[in-house]
Amino acid sequence: MTDRELRSRAVRHARRSVVSTAVHDANASAIAARHLTAAYERRIALRDVSFDLPAGEHLAIVGPNGAGKSTLLKVIAGILPVSEGEIRIHGHAPREHLCTAYVPQRSDVDWRFPVTVEDVVRMGRTGQLGPLRRLGERDRQLTREAIARVGLSLLSGRQIGELSGGEQQRMFIARAIAQEAEVVLLDEPLAGLDIPAEADVLALLDRLEGTTLLVALHDLAVAGTHFGRVLLLRERLVGYGAPEDVFRPELLQAAYGDYVHLVRTSDGTLIVHDECAKEGL
Amino acid sequence: MTTAFEWLIAPLRYPFMVRALVASALVGGLCSIVGTFVVLRSMAFLGDAIAHSVLPGIATGVLVAGRGDRRGLFWWALGTSILVALGIGWVGERKRVREETAIGIVFAGMFALGIALLSTVRGFAVDLVHVLFGDVLGVSGFDLTLIAAFGGGVLLLVLLFYKELLLVSFDPTLATTLRLPVAVYRRLLLVLVAVTVVVSLQVVGLALTLALLVAPAATALLLARRVPAVMALAALVGVASGVIGLYLSFYFSVASGAAVVLVAIAVFLVALLARPRRRSRGTATL
Repeated sequence: MTDRELRSRAVRHARRSVVSTAVHDANASAIAARHLTAAYERRIALRDVSFDLPAGEHLAIVGPNGAGKSTLLKVIAGILPVSEGEIRIHGHAPREHLCTAYVPQRSDVDWRFPVTVEDVVRMGRTGQLGPLRRLGERDRQLTREAIARVGLSLLSGRQIGELSGGEQQRMFIARAIAQEAEVVLLDEPLAGLDIPAEADVLALLDRLEGTTLLVALHDLAVAGTHFGRVLLLRERLVGYGAPEDVFRPELLQAAYGDYVHLVRTSDGTLIVHDECAKEGL
Repeated sequence: MTTAFEWLIAPLRYPFMVRALVASALVGGLCSIVGTFVVLRSMAFLGDAIAHSVLPGIATGVLVAGRGDRRGLFWWALGTSILVALGIGWVGERKRVREETAIGIVFAGMFALGIALLSTVRGFAVDLVHVLFGDVLGVSGFDLTLIAAFGGGVLLLVLLFYKELLLVSFDPTLATTLRLPVAVYRRLLLVLVAVTVVVSLQVVGLALTLALLVAPAATALLLARRVPAVMALAALVGVASGVIGLYLSFYFSVASGAAVVLVAIAVFLVALLARPRRRSRGTATL
């Protein structure tokens, strides 16, 4: 598939999305991928991936660097076009569905930008408004509640560069809450966080019950302990299911190759040493 | 006391100076507000390219209407700048070439084309100097009307689409997931910069417009922490630079456009040295 074809697909996507509204198909999974193939910067990054994720599940997406984790999230968010196959969010194509929130990697954000925590969270309400309209009392209320839920009320007037890494991550989660998103996509939310900040963010994610979460992660231990489902990726789908079904030696070996060292202890626990994660960060 | 008052009042006896002061103040304010987006989106180079690319349009206007008639030049400049802005936007989205390379080629190519065209006109050096460095003392009542009308139009659009322009500037990805037409707003911003450049042409000239787009906004960014405050402060710095620069130009016989720009830069340097150290944690420099 050439670049041009990819682009025209994206255009068709955008045109289709104008007419529809986000009405849920009650029978559909939150996320349904069928033979999904997608490219990132002209290189195929995701190949023939199929899976179904029921609504309200918390999914960890793991795999080595370049495995297509970010690409998968961006395709679901509607930022990258689908090359082949299909992806449905509550029965709709990406971008037809307004209830999807995407939380970027912290390194992709300009932290010197002169906006406060409150400004950023309010941006989550912008799309619901349309141009020329101003935020109403309900928007302000939802913004305040979202900020309170992530515990940043006292910092809501801070310029975003003055926040710690964990606070920055929580601010973006607040924005997703303010968006009233039902599907929240987080790309490496724990990258660069110290252990207490990591715990804060994970506790916050655990509390988002009823929200479908898809989280790209490096840390397999976190994926195994905080998420009901794991998707193991290396361009293709290597494993999908409950953590204990996915974290098996042959699957991990298939995903990480020589970068992962598996050690079996006497009581049967598997110890995984992920060299790749260290290099990646 | 009387002397200071005299000093302020003296230039106002000349109608051309009054018009020049009003024009400088308007342009200073307009450039600073639009410039806030230019600085926030790191599109300074783009703004400069749009400014320089106006030259062939002006040259064509001179060739068509002859050197005497200056009224039509505004429209030639306006048309060219909007075309160039949309063209650069279009090239930038193709990603065939690096955006910066594309801008550089358009910039240099259009500027050379403009000079080539103008060089076929006798006495082109005078026109060129005015176009490059401005001719604020030659601003007519009609020019002032154009500046006010188009400057006002730009400000109105910034006000109406403020929340969308802010969102697209800070987080285009969020804008995409919220189904905002990101490409449309991106182009709107380019067109606003293009119109601003043309409106500023007579005051600072196309070679120096960039300074008015960048310096007041950069100054305000050092001191304020929210976009509306940055814009207000930038506008204040821009208007003050325009007025003070013109007075300096009057009393010290310095080229007016250059004087305005030098004042704006001086204010930036003072702010840079005097600003309060901001507490910064986290990954501000990541």
